[in-house]
Amino acid sequence: MSWFKETFGSSIGRKFAMALSALFLIIFLLQHLIINLTSVFSEETFNSLSHFMGTNPVVQFALQPVLIIGVIFHFVMGFILEIRNKNAREVKYAKNEGGANSSWMSRNMIWSGLFILFFLGFHFADFWIPEIIHKYIEVHPDDPNRYYAETVHMFENPIRVGIYTLSFVFLALHLKHGFQSAFQSMGARHSKYTPMIKKIGDAYSIVVPALYIFIAVYHHFTQAI
Amino acid sequence: MSTANGLNLTLKVWRQKNNKDKGKLESYQVTDISPDSSFLEMMDILNEQLIDEGQDPVAFDHDCREGICGTCSMYINGEAHGPGRGITTCQLHMREFKNGDTIYIEPWRAKAFPVLKDLVVDRSGFDRIMAAGGFISVNTSGNTQDANNIPIPKLEADKAFDAATCIGCGACVASCKNASAMLFVSAKVSQFALLPQGRPEAAERVQNMVKQMDEEGFGNCSNTGACEVECPKGISLENIARMNREYLSASFKAEEA
Amino acid sequence: MSVLDSKIPEGPIKDKWTNHKNNIKLVNPANKRQIDVIVVGTGLAGGSACATLAELGYNVKAFCYQDSPRRAHSIAAQGGINAAKNYQGDGDSTYRLFYDTVKGGDYRSREANVYRLAEVSTNIIDQCVAQGVPFARDYGGLLDNRSFGGVQVSRTFYAKGQTGQQLLLGCYSAMSRQIGKGKIKMYNRHEMVDIVKIDGKARGIIARNLITGEIERHSAHAVVIASGGYGNVFFLSTNAMGSNVSASWKIHKKGAFFANPCFTQIHPTCIPQHGDQQSKLTLMSESLRNDGRIWVPAKKEDAEAIRAGKLKPTDIAEADRDYYLERRYPSFGNLVPRDVASRAAKERSDAGYGVGTNESGEAVYLDFSSAIMRYGQEQANIHGVYDANDAKIRELGEAVVEEKYGNLFQMYEKITADNPYKTPMKIYPAVHYTMGGVWVDYNLMTTIEGCYAIGEANFSDHGANRLGASALMQGLADGYFVLPYTIGDYLADDIRTGAIPTDSPEFDEAEKAVKDQIDFFINNKGSKSVDHFHKRLGKVMWNKVGMARNATGLKEAIEEIKQIRAEFWKDVKVPGTADSMNPELEKAGRVADFLELGELFARDALLREESCGGHFREEHSTAEGEALRDDINFTYAAAWEFKGEPSEAEVHKEGLTYENIELKTRSYK
Repeated sequence: MSWFKETFGSSIGRKFAMALSALFLIIFLLQHLIINLTSVFSEETFNSLSHFMGTNPVVQFALQPVLIIGVIFHFVMGFILEIRNKNAREVKYAKNEGGANSSWMSRNMIWSGLFILFFLGFHFADFWIPEIIHKYIEVHPDDPNRYYAETVHMFENPIRVGIYTLSFVFLALHLKHGFQSAFQSMGARHSKYTPMIKKIGDAYSIVVPALYIFIAVYHHFTQAI
Repeated sequence: MSTANGLNLTLKVWRQKNNKDKGKLESYQVTDISPDSSFLEMMDILNEQLIDEGQDPVAFDHDCREGICGTCSMYINGEAHGPGRGITTCQLHMREFKNGDTIYIEPWRAKAFPVLKDLVVDRSGFDRIMAAGGFISVNTSGNTQDANNIPIPKLEADKAFDAATCIGCGACVASCKNASAMLFVSAKVSQFALLPQGRPEAAERVQNMVKQMDEEGFGNCSNTGACEVECPKGISLENIARMNREYLSASFKAEEA
Repeated sequence: MSVLDSKIPEGPIKDKWTNHKNNIKLVNPANKRQIDVIVVGTGLAGGSACATLAELGYNVKAFCYQDSPRRAHSIAAQGGINAAKNYQGDGDSTYRLFYDTVKGGDYRSREANVYRLAEVSTNIIDQCVAQGVPFARDYGGLLDNRSFGGVQVSRTFYAKGQTGQQLLLGCYSAMSRQIGKGKIKMYNRHEMVDIVKIDGKARGIIARNLITGEIERHSAHAVVIASGGYGNVFFLSTNAMGSNVSASWKIHKKGAFFANPCFTQIHPTCIPQHGDQQSKLTLMSESLRNDGRIWVPAKKEDAEAIRAGKLKPTDIAEADRDYYLERRYPSFGNLVPRDVASRAAKERSDAGYGVGTNESGEAVYLDFSSAIMRYGQEQANIHGVYDANDAKIRELGEAVVEEKYGNLFQMYEKITADNPYKTPMKIYPAVHYTMGGVWVDYNLMTTIEGCYAIGEANFSDHGANRLGASALMQGLADGYFVLPYTIGDYLADDIRTGAIPTDSPEFDEAEKAVKDQIDFFINNKGSKSVDHFHKRLGKVMWNKVGMARNATGLKEAIEEIKQIRAEFWKDVKVPGTADSMNPELEKAGRVADFLELGELFARDALLREESCGGHFREEHSTAEGEALRDDINFTYAAAWEFKGEPSEAEVHKEGLTYENIELKTRSYK
């Protein structure tokens, strides 16, 4: 297995791993969004989907750990690469015009990423940990209809909606560069398909975060008065 | 004796005695520079001035002064080879600047390109990457097969040529926020990967070159595309994708020897 | 009987090289490992020689002053490389390439060498393709060719306008492979500052590490000089800033004869000088003359008005333009060889018709407007646009011209800020290539035993004028296919010598001389920079030893150069220290050598009482100003032996015999 270590220890191998985890997270984001979106249309569907996700053992004990590992891997690898990359230039330029040759998004993946990490921390503390406590520590009886009301209630607080919105703006910036970058890192580039991938990436990076924000804002303003 | 359109400029030039010195930016004034002068001619004038004043002239790398040897290497006003696209520093002309401008002139910055003196850096890491695999193993016996025995589709040949126009100046490394050398390495990997003559060694080549690149201490590519924009020869990011592909396929597909 | 033995093998010309290879001594592979070879310079000749010698098994030590072997100035060659492949089926052959090269060289080259060059030319293309050089191809995937000045076949292989670059990178790749294997030890940023001779044989060099300033001793069983030409003696040339004569000159001073220094090629299509602070000139490929028409105003007052900025070239009516090449040479027109085109431009500028903005008004126009309109009309017809107006035709034509010369036009615009699609280019001749160089025999050995000279550094193949696309061919032929064989003949006697020690008195002495000179420069504390002297030398060379020469001017030049040299040694100022990176110190050493070469150059031009190729003596011309060659008295190569001072150098003549080609007068009328 020395080849395996060598491959994933190399610069290109690390980028490949980064890209793979990114694509996994991109798919996860979409799945998460679809479930959330149902909350706008149908309380019933949302509840049943949430109930399934929250109680299905495959989701809970197989997919959920994979997701957590994927998230952690993406962040840790991101930090490792950032540190290595910073070290590759010990003395900085006195004057540097990064904007002349590259986009802000591409140069600041670490900052948009950190903001998203901050949000995930918040999301964990705010949602995931209470949920785990609710299910596995306090062991409340199962109520398949609690999800919708709880979710809507979450968006009552304008500060939470604000954090939520801002975080998804950063996610959009992260995706704007990250989506097509993942394909480039894996070597997937072709004169016919790459322009299409770039367009899909641009659309994804705007539409997906925008819909997340929409859901939050929608529930905030349609609270039962 | 200032002429009508001569430029008076303030230069902030990186001065560093040798590899061990810490170095700092120094300010100099130059006057009445012709807008038709090249940037390096302006540096010549500065040096004449410094020699006259009994100071040490600024050391900078330069040779062909027509944009092909890849020797010149200055980071001017925050960009490799200065403002303007598709040019090296020696092709930059003073008409790009305005009277009264302040110009920052720094060496390429990368751990893998240590400063030797002033604006001169050591790019021998590129040579070592080349020695690790930047070749096709064919002896110069003169007994190779006829040059026209293997037709090569024009599109592939043209792409190989485009990759091969890299001048090895290091602007990609200098511009990259990560000081990554992937554009340079990928250009050579691509040139040979695209040609039938280069295929037999393609897997080994890309692995050896990437390994050496990593050992030299260059950073990792994060696809900002700055290298492609600043590259005097317009080497495409397509080459980096091809190198990634070649590398991954070599790593996962090739049998272990 | 001359002291020069060219060692040309016996037999018919087409068998000479084969017979020679069959008869020379070989070194067996085990013994090659015991033998060291030093190669100075890593351009096409040096780089290819390093690669092949290392493949054969010799231990190679390669030196270049640049930071990497890939930067040698061969990289700047634009046009292409000739080879007698006859892929186009247009009747090309080894003999034709040989014939064209000898004729193009105005019958002052050595037949046997040129024939060998033509013979191995085809191997070069095979070799380069095998090592991944991306030559231009046609849509069928086969190699494409183009035609170049002065010949009637298409035999030039090319890679857009960057053929030299691609070939050099091919060499560099081949070198890199051997560097990786440890067969070549590469010394980047090292300059050879002297050669070391032991018992009359070249046994090593003294080199300066340009980073640390350290003086190093390197020994070997043979030394190969591949350091290029000496065009920078003119200060302004198309050479790289660092190109210099020092390696050749050091061996000249230790016994290598220097041949035909006055044979210098002045290329007609360069971007004119813009002012006194210019450091170098840029070539625009000769291929532009295929479509550009060269002219100056027919009326002096128009030329004056243009120089004063009162008129633009587009203001001059067609009838008031003098297309002087078409007028003087109706059959070849704008496509006359380089030397002829250059002289004609100078003649017009000197007569007051030049259009340059510098003080002497040196420039002529290279105008693409007729080509643009002609191509435009053709395109309009092809696309069935029958009612096209002039603007439309111009637009279509510009697209065609862009396709053909886009990168050159862009380069021109970057340098001059003029758009050559709208206004004619300004061009003027500039020093480009030196056909003269170190004298070598058929084996490429100089008159120092064990010291070889290859590529532009030697003198043999181009005679008095080099044809386009032949320099790359010669460099690679010497390095890949000639020297590696011939050097074995010499080294075969050295298999028992063992490593050459570097602690001998000869090394001590050479090192001391080098250190003394460096100390002199550092401690001289004069008042003028090295460039000051170099520019003065360049002016004298250009004005009196340039495109047109006469006895009076040459004699003046000799005296003036002596004067500049004396002042240089009295008053040169070199800042900095000897033990650090010091570009001014490097330049000082090089200019010191140029100041000696310049004088020998002028003496050689004075001796050659004829006009041939790039050498034009005003006294030896026809009433119409055409060159007059003197085959009875000057069919020889003048090889100069150093005797302490350039003024005392003694000339030896190698008679040139033409058994396979009849001497004819070149005519382009």
